[in-house]
Amino acid sequence: MTKSLFLFLMLMAAAPVAAQSPASSGAVSVGMSFSDPAMEARARNLQRQLRCLVCQGESIDESNSPLAGDLRRLVREQMVAGKTDAEIQDFLVARYGDFILMKPPVQPNTWLLWLAPFLVLGGAGAVAWITVKKAAARAA
Amino acid sequence: MTGELGQLAVCFALALSLVMAGAGLLGARADQAAARSIANGAAMGMLVFVALAFGVLTYAFVVSDFSIALVANHSHTSKPLIYKISGVWGNHEGSMLLWVLVLAIYAALVAGLQRGGERLTSASLGVQGLLAAAFFLFLLFTSNPFGRLDPAPFEGAGLTPLLQDIGLAIHPPMLYAGYVGLSASFAYAAAALMVGEEGWTRAARPFMLIAWIALTCGMALGSWWAYYELGWGGFWFWDPVENASLMPWLIATALLHSALATEKSGAFRTWTLLLAIGGFSMSLIGTFLVRSGLTSSVHAFASDPTRGFFIMILIALAIGGALALFAWRAPTLKGGAAFEPVSRETTLLLNNVFLIASCACVFVGTLYPLVLEAFNGTKISVGPPYYALTFAPIFFALLLLVPLGPRLGWKRGDLKAAWRSLYPALGLAVIAAVTVLAIITPRSVVAAMAFAVAGWLIGASILDLRRRKGARASAFAAALAHAGLGVTLLGVTGTTAWRSEALTVMAPGETIVVGPYTLRFDGVTEVTGPNYVADRGHIALMDGGKVKAMLRPEQRFYTAEGQSVSDTAIRTTGLRDLYLALGDNRGGGRYAVRVYVSPLAPLIWLGALVMALGGMLSLGGRLRAGARAPVAEAVAAE
Repeated sequence: MTKSLFLFLMLMAAAPVAAQSPASSGAVSVGMSFSDPAMEARARNLQRQLRCLVCQGESIDESNSPLAGDLRRLVREQMVAGKTDAEIQDFLVARYGDFILMKPPVQPNTWLLWLAPFLVLGGAGAVAWITVKKAAARAA
Repeated sequence: MTGELGQLAVCFALALSLVMAGAGLLGARADQAAARSIANGAAMGMLVFVALAFGVLTYAFVVSDFSIALVANHSHTSKPLIYKISGVWGNHEGSMLLWVLVLAIYAALVAGLQRGGERLTSASLGVQGLLAAAFFLFLLFTSNPFGRLDPAPFEGAGLTPLLQDIGLAIHPPMLYAGYVGLSASFAYAAAALMVGEEGWTRAARPFMLIAWIALTCGMALGSWWAYYELGWGGFWFWDPVENASLMPWLIATALLHSALATEKSGAFRTWTLLLAIGGFSMSLIGTFLVRSGLTSSVHAFASDPTRGFFIMILIALAIGGALALFAWRAPTLKGGAAFEPVSRETTLLLNNVFLIASCACVFVGTLYPLVLEAFNGTKISVGPPYYALTFAPIFFALLLLVPLGPRLGWKRGDLKAAWRSLYPALGLAVIAAVTVLAIITPRSVVAAMAFAVAGWLIGASILDLRRRKGARASAFAAALAHAGLGVTLLGVTGTTAWRSEALTVMAPGETIVVGPYTLRFDGVTEVTGPNYVADRGHIALMDGGKVKAMLRPEQRFYTAEGQSVSDTAIRTTGLRDLYLALGDNRGGGRYAVRVYVSPLAPLIWLGALVMALGGMLSLGGRLRAGARAPVAEAVAAE
């Protein structure tokens, strides 16, 4: 019950976007959508990069939560306003923090995050190299 | 009364686990035969009492005994029987009881099979006794499943509807069989460090295989459930809880390969021990992640800092103790096999390098955000794009190497001959890539590369199966498992690259076209299930002017729990899924409908099944060889 109410509100909130988008036809899909396929694809791609702040596991593209609906609307409003993808992401990060990005930004506090897998790969590779060298020396 | 019986049984099991720990460790000494008998008996007795406790709790769920708090909080009289039973482990306390039940089963198996000799078995039982005691204490002091309610409520609170599903009824026991199965390898490794026994890998191999098979099936079930139940057509979300099962799987896979080298050529002795310790450590860390409530998901039943703290201490003691034992005893192990750089040993070593690095990706990706937040409150999220840039290339590199391993001899291999024998697989890889680029739209270079790798894996496995006709089970098993990887890769690639979808609102009589399918919406009827009411959509799959099939996705509302869950309708050809989910009522008979067409999706789980079959074949071969021949002969026969 509450869920359908939320969705209803979300749809209400979405209505202005559909009106703003230049070629909004009658074929409004779930939530909201651009009738221009290129714009729609761009919006979907952006939505997949952004994390729903409520359900955490899902992107705002997948999430059923009302907040995700609001964020989808926000993304589309910004697109209509002519912002680039990067500008939209920056806007959302300024508002909600890095947490909203599915892909963690590369910055000093995430260097270790990004480097660790390759450090481990390098370290394990080095150990393997030494092991093989030793084993080969014994075999010779 | 029954509740107290269960409680008492857990207390007895705790006592027996302590006996098993003491007697088992003592029995590691050659002259302590009596202690060994006691440890064996204690293992059997512990299983009996844990099974009794588990039976009591299951009975309480089945008869809806709401005087037991756990039952009142997690069950409901209107639930179908199967979900009353699965409700036993659909909550924190019950799932921890299941955990110790599985632990007791493995201990009883170790005691019953006596693989690797009396002393090794006894020391393993000692270690398993310590682990069991720790978990019994955890159960009794932080997670008592048998707590009472007075007065007993008239009706229970129900089980989260998402968990009322056949996939999720089997998924936890399967996954636990895997998680806890690694405790047997862990115990054997620790025992080997104490007793100094060689040949522990051989003794522990069936347990490694069982754990690996169970983890493979458990993960596949979980991912399949996410696919059909969550209603978004996704199959893997890099959710912390999924990662918690992926990490032990990666380490268990590394362990299986490294232990093979240790067993066959005496290489990597210390490394294999470390992996056995690491595998179970990953299980424990996974349990900590899931049970501490640090991560929020459908799996995190309760967030209780005491439990998290307790498990953290438990992890520190188990891992720390094992590593200390390792540091103390490993240097005394005879080390250093001799093999040439081109040899099967080297490929197994590379396998381990890439698997460890993949596991590091998952480990860092899962824990880094938690650590960062604890450190200075900064919240970041690590989502699929991170894994696409780290895990994917590393795992890809591993897959490229897979076909080479089985073609190189132990100690010294012939790379040229191996390479030449792989030409047909290479041909298949090229054909697969070219076909994908030429025929399938949208054109995707990554997908073509993935298909090439899948062709390479499957082609090589087919060659293996042909080349070794009439050969040993182990060769078939490896070929099957490797082929399974290729099959899963095809499925993952197909759905990721070529999934088409439609999210739309449909009025009765309206048709839409998605991919190759034409669908007509025939409206919605209301149906009543055993414990839910549902909107059932009727959607006709059209072929020309005729109805080819009816699909009926539902939106279910569980009255007892007050939650809605979608029940998807999936029609599969085996190579392509048509996937429907019903959304909300939009008035005037109009409903939101989600349609996905996922090419090759079923192959994701088929591949996992093939991998698991490979594991089972290997297990069967092992057990037969073990029953037939004494150790030396069996090794010679491999």
